[in-house]
Amino acid sequence: MESILNPWPWYVSGPLISVVMALLLYFGKTFGMSSNLKTLCTIIGADKFSSFFKTNWKEQSWNLTVVVGAIIGGFIAVQFLSNDSVTNLNPQTITELKEMGFKNSGATLVPNEMYSLEAISSPKGLLLLIIGGLLVGFGTRYAGGCTSGHAITGLSSLQKPSLIAVIGFFIGGLIMANFILPYIFKVS
Amino acid sequence: MVAYVLNFIINIKSNELSKFKRMKYFKFLLVGIFFGIVLVKSEAVSWYRIYEMFRFQSFHMYGIIGTAIATGVLFLQISKKGFVKSLKGSDIFVPKKEKGFSRYIIGGSIFGLGWALIGACPGPMYILLGTGVYSMIIVILAAILGTFIYGVLKDKLPH
Repeated sequence: MESILNPWPWYVSGPLISVVMALLLYFGKTFGMSSNLKTLCTIIGADKFSSFFKTNWKEQSWNLTVVVGAIIGGFIAVQFLSNDSVTNLNPQTITELKEMGFKNSGATLVPNEMYSLEAISSPKGLLLLIIGGLLVGFGTRYAGGCTSGHAITGLSSLQKPSLIAVIGFFIGGLIMANFILPYIFKVS
Repeated sequence: MVAYVLNFIINIKSNELSKFKRMKYFKFLLVGIFFGIVLVKSEAVSWYRIYEMFRFQSFHMYGIIGTAIATGVLFLQISKKGFVKSLKGSDIFVPKKEKGFSRYIIGGSIFGLGWALIGACPGPMYILLGTGVYSMIIVILAAILGTFIYGVLKDKLPH
């Protein structure tokens, strides 16, 4: 039981993620979470503004069901399958983040410094989440997929476009984590 | 009387049909729940893990993504040989991505910037909402808006 309640090691988690991909393929679908953002656009009425959204969203309702499941799964995991263990981060990471003003790194899944009610009440905090969301929504659709569609499914099926996309993910991610984040959270 | 019986039969049939439909969706709900649990327990939904990955300070995320891809390659190679069929009996099929370069490198980089900032990609966004990070709603709404902006600008962008 203890091994379930503790964080799972990477060599268990990785193969289990590919089980998700395999199950969806077995059901005749493809693993791709960012497609749901497009489906939600269509449902809200984006098809009136661009033909890109003129799709039959009902064909995607299976994927929205996966989203509902994922929300429930997140709830179950923290409520019933977790203990108080802290994310076992590299001490150097913790020191570095401390210098940027992040306290208790790893005690929660996301930093309070960005996601707490207090953080999102400030214009800067709110703006960060909005900009982040915009970049994710715009970028994934431009690239035609995200981590599930390109990094997991695309690379598993040895597709070159997905390799280019994943290289892109890392270009963006490295620039943000190494050059922009320290600037945003510079302790003055 | 006849009408009553007919009505009764039709009712059963439509009940069976909706039950069948519910079953169809139920399996996707279960896959989603499993996905959510795995991503929380693997810490792949942790903002800190993503930061650590992009600072090359831990092997954890590389281990997860690497073994996921390795197992995925193995599964797809086995199914290619015809050992695994889909539920409906057809071959396992992964749609081919369109050929191109610009859209993947530019779009991918834009997504990467956002990924490292908010520490969540489009799957974990929903999962984190389930774990109780309610401010993630802001990110999800912004991501929907971002997708909308792409859809409007699509034809003006290099692909």
